[in-house]
Parts: sequence; structure tokens; C-alpha cells
Amino acid sequence: MRKLTLAIALIVPMLGHAAQAEDTIKIGYIDPLSGGGASVGEGGLKTFQYLADELNAKGGILGRKVEIVPFDNKTNPQESLVQAQKAIDAGVRYITQGNGSSVGLALEDFVNKHNTRNPGKEVLYFNYAAVDPSMTNEKCSYWHFRWDASSDIKMEALTNYIKDIPSIKKVYLINQDYSFGQSVRSDARKMLAAKRADVQIVGDELHPLLKITDFSPYIAKIKASGADSVITGNWGQDIALLLKAAADAGLKVNWYTYYAGGAGGPTAIKQTGLDHQVFQLTEGFANSGNQSAMDYEKAFRAKVNLSLWYPRAVNEMRMFKAAAEKANSVDPVKVAAALEDLKFEVLDGGTGIMRKDDHQFFQPIYVSSFGKLAANEPFDEENTGWGWHLVSKVDTPQAMVSTTCKMTRP
Amino acid sequence: MLELIVISTLNGVLFGMLLFLLSSGLTVIFSMMGVLNFAHASFYMLGAFFGFQLTRWLGFWPALLLAPLLVGAIGMAVERYGLRNTHKHGHVAELLLTFGLAFAIEEIVSMIWGKTPLDYRVPALLDFPAFTIFSTNYPAYKLFMLSVSIAIFVVLLVVLKRTRVGLIVQAALTHPQMVGHLGHNVGRVFMVVFGVGSALAGLAGVIAGPALVTQSDMAAALGPILFVVIVFGGLGSLPGAFIASLVIGLVQTFAVALNGSLASAFGPLDPSAGPSVLTDIWNVTIAQVAPIVPYLLLVLVLIVRPVGLMGTRES
Repeated sequence: MRKLTLAIALIVPMLGHAAQAEDTIKIGYIDPLSGGGASVGEGGLKTFQYLADELNAKGGILGRKVEIVPFDNKTNPQESLVQAQKAIDAGVRYITQGNGSSVGLALEDFVNKHNTRNPGKEVLYFNYAAVDPSMTNEKCSYWHFRWDASSDIKMEALTNYIKDIPSIKKVYLINQDYSFGQSVRSDARKMLAAKRADVQIVGDELHPLLKITDFSPYIAKIKASGADSVITGNWGQDIALLLKAAADAGLKVNWYTYYAGGAGGPTAIKQTGLDHQVFQLTEGFANSGNQSAMDYEKAFRAKVNLSLWYPRAVNEMRMFKAAAEKANSVDPVKVAAALEDLKFEVLDGGTGIMRKDDHQFFQPIYVSSFGKLAANEPFDEENTGWGWHLVSKVDTPQAMVSTTCKMTRP
Repeated sequence: MLELIVISTLNGVLFGMLLFLLSSGLTVIFSMMGVLNFAHASFYMLGAFFGFQLTRWLGFWPALLLAPLLVGAIGMAVERYGLRNTHKHGHVAELLLTFGLAFAIEEIVSMIWGKTPLDYRVPALLDFPAFTIFSTNYPAYKLFMLSVSIAIFVVLLVVLKRTRVGLIVQAALTHPQMVGHLGHNVGRVFMVVFGVGSALAGLAGVIAGPALVTQSDMAAALGPILFVVIVFGGLGSLPGAFIASLVIGLVQTFAVALNGSLASAFGPLDPSAGPSVLTDIWNVTIAQVAPIVPYLLLVLVLIVRPVGLMGTRES
């Protein structure tokens, strides 16, 4: 009798556990939750948890609840693979990651190998922010989908904007020393040479990724170069501290950035007093003028107490749901097939498309500047009283680039 | 060019003085006890976090005084109840103790304050540009950091070289038994020195926190370079540590400012050879390798002059 009780006591919770695991769709969130990338990593986690809660409140995906399971990769590719394996062992079939293309490339390769070796247990990699172009070109994978605009798309949009501004004469490039930073630098050189041959590149800097705590020496160098504009792909603390050092030194230049809106960036810009002289490229922003996106922003801020820094994460989760419903399955293989060439109305308005050839999502891109708010712009950032203002919008067809991807299909 | 040199010198001296605040305690502890205190940078981190918390509660100026005292008290407790007990098992045990302590402190700190950077601001009183040189502002807070570091250096030097306390400490460095026989409590001298060393690291944390980044990996980021400073300067030598700190601060800052590479010195490689590992090395600039320059210095010093700049002992 006692043995039977014991057996039941052991088995019943296991059954419950198995049933629960069957029900929920686990999404492994593999991003930095410590170290230099932690501020962006935690913001991303909160965003995905908000999105999962939102989906679950509306009945989940095909009646199944979505759960975000966080894994700390310390922005380290090697650590990410350990965490990815841990995630898969815990029953995760969908991985999402964004911070660091070095990590992204490692994960893409890992998922490729895993899916070849484990047929029937395929894993999909949803990329919401790793923007190295090679991930959808020479190293493209069928199992990888990217919702963020790759760095060459962003540079295309940026240089299209820059080419009409004659006051830009001397440009300084400063980027993080890894695959993404190097691609920003080479794209900038190539595209500026093609569109504005008269622009002089007065500096081209690569610094260690997320290791610098004081950018003053770099700011002194930018100042000495006589640059009027700086182009940088820096993200996380590397952009916040760069702008902070510029503010301390009183450096007055125009900043063309990918990620100036990240944590700490707006505060530093306000300190510099550079009113509408810092620009960023995004697929959406708080004051975009699209009513439903602005309502969404308001609800998001009220609950999470953060700005919606990843409109693409909203697109990612909504498209995941749409693809699963289209395939009538949450099996990664079927979802992957349903995602191909899926057209979707993005959060900030306009149609985007997940291109079948390379699994890159194409969507409208916005150039916005940071400064004093106009009357119809309700959202500021980090309590500075300043916010993002629309400068230029690039529609989906103009924000498309060609690919060299030769996709291997299962 | 002159502008870049002047600004880089200012930045380099500032970073150097910060290194000195940290390494002064470490080098005295090392030469006395023969223990490389791996947890020293962790005390620096504790200082920054205590500073942040006390600033929230009491304001910056009380924090500037209290946080180092707290860190010093923790340092003394570590010496009294940790290191003194492991001492009889030899240096390896002591080394392992501080090694483990560094990890423990990092974990505890991230448990209490989280892993993201804290919003530790420069006090409003010092949040203005002190002077403008070549149209670049130099923040008043950095000037404050600089003057605190210099004041500490002067006080330390005077205490160690001109007072009875310094005499005993110096004697205990080289002849602990003899000092003991003369009736001094060597154990207590060790404890106090360890405490003061930790407090100095704590002070460095309090003042560096707002200027740099206060987060749970700040110890790991600064730890290794401290060992470079004390080896380069010569173990146990305070003036050596001072010079080494300045040299490393300046070298690192100026390395960032330089764009030279092998390619610019000797011309580009034959492009027909195509990209290879060699072209990568050839095109890398001094600015890109700036972070490893101090470690190259460490290796060079160990080969050429193992006692360091002003060291006297071989060990």
C-alpha cells in the first residue's frame, strides 16, 4: 500500500508536468542578462514576456499558451551554444535571439547542424536584432528568420538620406570590432563612395565590443579629426557611453546611428543638448503617427514601464501566430514553410514580407531624430522631455536589397 | 594634433590615478602577506555599489566617507576570519580563498542590485564643465577624481615614509618576525593594512562609479590590469605603483589615439596575394590593439626586469 502511494505520489506530478509541457509553446530567449549587454537583454526579455502575455490573454496560439524561457548568454557565442542546447533539452523548439551578430551567426550554424542531426525535432531560430548581412546571404539558413532590417538595408536607407544633405562633408566612422561593426563600416564606405563621392571619411575606428567604460579618448580623436558627422552602429552601453562621453566633452557633431534610442542613449543626448542632431534608423518608433501603433505604445509603457524598443518583436510574435494558424500546426517545419513569403501588416503601418529567398523580412524603415517634441508627438524617452521625430520614411520596395543566398531546403 | 595630445594626456593621467588608488592597497598587501589578493577589484566594485546605495539614502558626500569605511571593515573581517586562518596552510590556500571570494562577491552583488548597470549619477554640485581647452570641455567631476587620487597618494606616502606607523608597516614587510619580537602585534598590523587597502579600493569605486559604469562585472573588467600595474611597478613599491599606473594610463589612452598600422608603416601588402591572416595582422591599427598593450608590457617587464621598475625583491 505504501509502495503504491509512493508510486502514485511520484507519477502523478510527472503526468501533470508532461501534460503541461505538451500544452505550452516554449520560446527560448537567449540573450545577455548580465554584463555589458544586460540593459538591452533585459528590455528585450520584458518585451517578449509582454507579447506572450498578450497572446495568451487572447487564447494563445491554436489554443496553446506561449511561454518565454530566458537563458543568459553573456553576449558570448560559445556560451550561447551551451544555452541553446540547454533550451532544447528543456523542450524548446523555437529560439529567439537578437543581441550580437557574432552570437547570431553561431546560433544559425548550431540550429542548422542540430536540425540535420535530429530530424523530427527541428528547431527554428527567430532573429529579432542580429543584423549582420551574411546571415541572410552567404551563410543563410532555412531555419533562420530575421525580422530586423539587416545592416546593409539600414545603411542603404541612411545613405539615401545623407546624399541629399550637402552640409555633410567629413564623416567619422566608429563601430564595434566584430562582424556587425565591420559590416557597418564597409557598407558605409562603399555606399558613401557611390552616392556622395565628395564626402571625406576622416576617421574609421573599431573598438572592443562592450568592454569600454570611458569613451573620452575616442571622443578626443573624433574632435581632433574635424568631423561634422559620425556614423555608428554601436548598441547597448557602447552607444550610451559614447554619447555620454561626447556630452561631457561638449562635442558638437551630427550623429547618424542605428541604435541611439537604446537604454541610456536618450539621457546622454539630452545632456549634449544636440536638439534634432542625433538620428536613428528603425522599423518603427513611438511618435510614428500611426494611431494603432501609438495606442499600443501607450499600453506597453503603462504596463512595462519601458518604451517599445522592439516593434519588430511585435511583428515577430504576431507573424508566428499567423504562420502557425495558416499551417494549423505549431510544428517548426510546418511553421517555417508557412512563414515563407508571408505578407503582413506591420505594427507601424504598411505591408512587410518575409522573403522566401533568404528569410529576411522587408518592411518600411524610418529615419527619426531626437529632440524637442512637436504638438502631435506625445511620447518622450527616459523622462527627458525629448522624443523621436519623423524625418523620413522609406517604403518597403525602396528598402529591399538583393541577396546571394542559395537556400538549402529540407 | 596638440589638442589631441593635451586631451589624451589629461584622460590618461586620470585613468592612471584611478589605477593607482586601486593598486596602492594591492601592492602593499601583496608584499606584506605574499598573497595576490584576487578579490581586490571586488572591493572596488563593492565601493561603487555601496556608494550608489548610500548616495540614494544619504547623498553623495556622506557616501564618499561611509562607503570606503564599510568596505575597509569588510576587508578587515576577511583578513581576521579568513586569511589569518588559512595562512598556516600556505600561500596557495590564501590565494584560493581570495579567488573564491571574488566570485562570491560578484554573485552577491548581482543578487542584490541586479546585473544591469545602475543609474549612479555624478553629484549635481560637480556636474558642470570645469574648464574648456581647445573647445573641449573637461568635466569638473573628473577634476575632482584627479585631486582625490593625488591627495591620497600624498597622504599614503607621508604616512609610510614619515611616521612611526609607516616605519612598523615597512619593517613588517620584510622582517615580520623581528617586528613581532620587538613587541608589535604583527597580526593586527596585517589586519589594519588589509583594511586600509580595501578601503582605498572602495574609495576608488565610489568616485569611479558615476564616471564609468556601475555594474556587477566591473571587477572582472578592471582586475587583470591591476596585476599588470603592481608587477610593472615592482612589488611592494608605492612610488613604483604610482609611476606604473601613470604609464599604463597614458599608454592605453595614447594607443587609442594612434592610427598607425604595419600597413601604414611599410605600405600595403601585395593585393594579388588575397586576404589572409597576414593581411588582418598587417592592417590592424594600434588603436584596435590598445586593450592588450598593458599585457604586452607585463610580459616584457617580466622578461627584461623581473623585479619591476622600482621593486627590490625577486619574489
